Amino acid sequence: MAAVQFSLPLPVLPQDWVGEKDFKAIGQLSSATQRNIEPVGPHFLAHARRVSKLPLINRNIFAATNSDLQQKRHQRTFSEDDRIQAQENVKKVEDDDVGEISEPEDPLMLQRDAKDWKGQDHYAVLGLTKHRYKATETQIKRAHRKKVLRHHPDKKAAAGSSEDDSFFKCIQKATEILLDPVKRRQFDSVDEAADVEPPSKKQAQKGSFFKLWNPVFVAEGRFSKTQPVPRLGDDKSKKEEVEEFYNFWYNFDSWRSFEYQDEDVPDDNENRDQKRHVERKNNNARKKKKTEDTTRLRQLVDDCLAGDERIKRFKKEERAGKDKKRLEKEAAEKKEKEDAQRAAEEKERLRKEAEEASKAEKAEGKKAKEAAKNAVKKNKRVLKSSVKDANYLLPAGQEAGAKRVDQVLNDVEAVMAKIDPEEMAALAGKLGGMKVAEEVAKVWSEEAKRLVEVGKVKEGELKVIGS
Amino acid sequence: MSSQEDGEISSPEITAIGISFGNSNSSIAYTSGEGKAEVIANEEGDRQIPSVLSYIEGEEYHGTQAKSQLVRNSRNTIAYFRDYLGKDFDSIDPTPCHASAHPQKHESTIAFSVQDKESEAQNIVTVSEITTRHIRRLASSASDFLGKSVNAAVITVPTNVTDEQREALSEAAKAAGVDVLQMISEPTAAVLAYDARPEAILKDKIIVVADLGGTRSDMAVVASRGGVYSILSTSHDYETAGVQLDQVLIDHFAKEFIKKNKTDPRENERSLAKLKLEAEATKKALSLGGNASCSVESLADGIDFSSTINRTRYELLAGKVFGAFTRLIEEAVRKADLDILDVDEVILSGGTSHTPKISQNLQRLFPPTTRILSPSTLPTAIDPSSLSARGAAIQASLVQEFEKEDIEQSTHPMVTVTPHLRNAIGVMVVSEDVQKGLFSALIEKETAVPCRRTGLFAVPREGGDVVVKICEGLRDIKVSKKEKPKTNGKPASDDSDLDSDEDEDGDEEIREKVWKIGAVLAEAAVKGVKKGGKVEVTIKVEADLAVQVEAREAGGKGGVRGSLGKARVAENGSAGSG
Ligand SMILES: Nc1ncnc2c1ncn2[C@@H]1O[C@H](COP(=O)(O)OP(=O)(O)OP(=O)(O)O)[C@@H](O)[C@H]1O
Repeated sequence: MAAVQFSLPLPVLPQDWVGEKDFKAIGQLSSATQRNIEPVGPHFLAHARRVSKLPLINRNIFAATNSDLQQKRHQRTFSEDDRIQAQENVKKVEDDDVGEISEPEDPLMLQRDAKDWKGQDHYAVLGLTKHRYKATETQIKRAHRKKVLRHHPDKKAAAGSSEDDSFFKCIQKATEILLDPVKRRQFDSVDEAADVEPPSKKQAQKGSFFKLWNPVFVAEGRFSKTQPVPRLGDDKSKKEEVEEFYNFWYNFDSWRSFEYQDEDVPDDNENRDQKRHVERKNNNARKKKKTEDTTRLRQLVDDCLAGDERIKRFKKEERAGKDKKRLEKEAAEKKEKEDAQRAAEEKERLRKEAEEASKAEKAEGKKAKEAAKNAVKKNKRVLKSSVKDANYLLPAGQEAGAKRVDQVLNDVEAVMAKIDPEEMAALAGKLGGMKVAEEVAKVWSEEAKRLVEVGKVKEGELKVIGS
Repeated sequence: MSSQEDGEISSPEITAIGISFGNSNSSIAYTSGEGKAEVIANEEGDRQIPSVLSYIEGEEYHGTQAKSQLVRNSRNTIAYFRDYLGKDFDSIDPTPCHASAHPQKHESTIAFSVQDKESEAQNIVTVSEITTRHIRRLASSASDFLGKSVNAAVITVPTNVTDEQREALSEAAKAAGVDVLQMISEPTAAVLAYDARPEAILKDKIIVVADLGGTRSDMAVVASRGGVYSILSTSHDYETAGVQLDQVLIDHFAKEFIKKNKTDPRENERSLAKLKLEAEATKKALSLGGNASCSVESLADGIDFSSTINRTRYELLAGKVFGAFTRLIEEAVRKADLDILDVDEVILSGGTSHTPKISQNLQRLFPPTTRILSPSTLPTAIDPSSLSARGAAIQASLVQEFEKEDIEQSTHPMVTVTPHLRNAIGVMVVSEDVQKGLFSALIEKETAVPCRRTGLFAVPREGGDVVVKICEGLRDIKVSKKEKPKTNGKPASDDSDLDSDEDEDGDEEIREKVWKIGAVLAEAAVKGVKKGGKVEVTIKVEADLAVQVEAREAGGKGGVRGSLGKARVAENGSAGSG
């Protein structure tokens, strides 16, 4: 066959893909089904040739030319055993032959008169009493065929019995009705043999509720327009399922009708009134039966519901459920309230704490500032007095003139303006208590040098102490 | 046993035809020089030759002439006998012979008692003998047409014939001087008739063959894989066929006659036979025209009958029977474990398949992608009555070269029993809207091994390295609901309460075929594919179920090869559901 084109692309090879020689065997083919191929057509010939290459069946092939035949002659041919063996596992496609009639035939039934077809059990006639309304079209047809093979009048003649075709006619009638969907429904509507009686009070007391009632509803369900019909279920059924079940049966939509039990309408035109009378009678009877049937079903569902322990249990559970819910709700509310209160308290506590902390902080800050201020004042005083005490950095005996005093104090002021309180404290520490003028001068000069180095003061900015 | 060795005359020239042999009708066909199958008309010009023989004063009538004897000479007319051949009396249904010679038990076989000689005596004619006579007449018509003596044939048989039936048919034909080269099944013959047309394209497909005859309807679901056919399911129905449609018209006209004349023509054997022949003619006419008449001279009590009926009326009256045909086909598809959506073609075969309504119903049942091959749905359809005979003729042309023994050996179960793939095998591709990747089937399920298929796959836009992921695919039916557009106000079915059964649920179901990815079998890397290039993947499954994979850039050299070990053949040989 020609290559098939696919327009959707192959996936990109994943980065981490590895495979020996770019191939990776992963799984295995599912098991295959043995089937017969049809030995027909040109492609079968090709197949036969291909297959013949196999060791398994390498025996004989479809000879391509007559000249091949000479050789083939000497090859072994397939035996009956081969045939049996080859066909052993072949999947069957043909149904088994119609086979034996499965249900025994009641001798009384065999004597039935076809004229009384309304009174006949069509399923019994065809041997389908196990199936009844469940019988499929195929089953009915096969059952019919089985019966025809046995009861056709020609068969009876062969068997030497009288050529009475009465039961054969019954078979034909039963088939006609059961293969006609409309007629079959009419018959199924009144096929009491398919009914399952509801359990009596006594039975209900002893037996299992579900075992007793389930078949009743399965049987009643055959009349339902909606299929499938919900099942009765069991003890494990959920509340919704049980509710759906009873809802369904209280709103049952039934196709059941009762025309099958009509009285025959006279078929002659002469007696029109009589005809109309019978028709009216029939109509009324159908309606009446239908109403009765609806009532009957309602009663049946009532009875079942009354005995259904699940309903009581659900009610109890529901009540218990309600109580539980209420308690839960109250507890939840209480908890919520408590939680809210606790949260409020906590908030208040935190607020207070924060407030106090900030107050303390403020007070502390004030004190420190004051102290610092005082320290600065004091240190300033130390610095100023240090130069004064050291004769304005002049050698002892030299009178410090007003200009000198100004210059030195200016320098000191300038230094004090440039340095921060810590440096000032350090400087004051060095100078405090120092009496020797040279030493004081040295400290100042060092300080001046340091300030120039760190760039706080320019070279020559400090006229006296920096020189 | 070659001619040289044992002095036997080299096999005489074989002239083989195809024969379809039905309970109602038979057809003969041959293959012309160009390999085209043609149906042969007999001396009377019939291509559908009634399988009926009738005897009047020692003279044998065949076909249409014999069938018309069902009115005056029904006791000496033999009809509907094909299914009796090779059976015992207990297992046959005598019903179809109600209005002709009745079958009877004769020793271990079945026979008819007719006055077939000039003398008054009733002679026992076995069903084998009558078959021989029938085939002799068919072969003689073919010989007359071809201008040479026909001595061999391929004959079609239903799929459910027993070995005894085959044997009996072969012997009966041989007695008529016709060597049965091969018996092939009717549905396969119909498939072959279509596939052998020059315009046919070889494609894997699932075909339903619905053979709707006169007394039975036979369904077969056929998997056609590379031109090799396997039957997946069959079903047979003896209650739904052409005679049931005749009966609808018989009842209709009878009622009309009763209304006027107060006498039921069905109660008199001869009247019924007359009406039956005419009703069948009316039915055939209704397949072509919108109106047809039915006239019977002296139908009953010497009163003539004449009436017309239009197609609509007929379709209404026969609605139940038509519905049953549709259900038969649905059932066959179900039995094959398939869905309606899996069916690619429906071949309508057999005389009843001319009925337009039957194919129209099928058109509604199947999706629009399914081809319904019937005269009223496809202008190029082959005459359904002739499909079996044509297929047989084509097969005859294929095998007449061979020695019969070789044909037998090659059609032996040792050759025909073959493992069939349970699942489709294919390759994963990607699409924009499906992240996970999509399965593309390369080999369909139910393909007989050995087999091989090649596919050409696109690559991403820029080319590059791609991975060929080989896996099994499982067909799934996805069902989704489509909201029906709401009609304004009241529900639409307000005034159609009587038949509102089906309209009740408002949602329409959409069913589609999707692939589920099954077991991953292997991966192969194809590297450096050119921009716009294609990758060629070949999967081969050997007769022992070993798998070979080959992947390469199309047009490129080398490529990747790999193989997988053999799989099992299922041990279970049971039939499917039902
Ligand atoms: N044009 C037509 N329209 C409708 N029905 C037709 C037409 N032609 C033939 N038939 C019907 O087809 C039936 C015969 O079908 P066919 O020739 O396939 O018979 P068969 O294969 O011998 O059938 P079987 O073996 O089931 O009896 C008859 O019922 C005949 O009336």
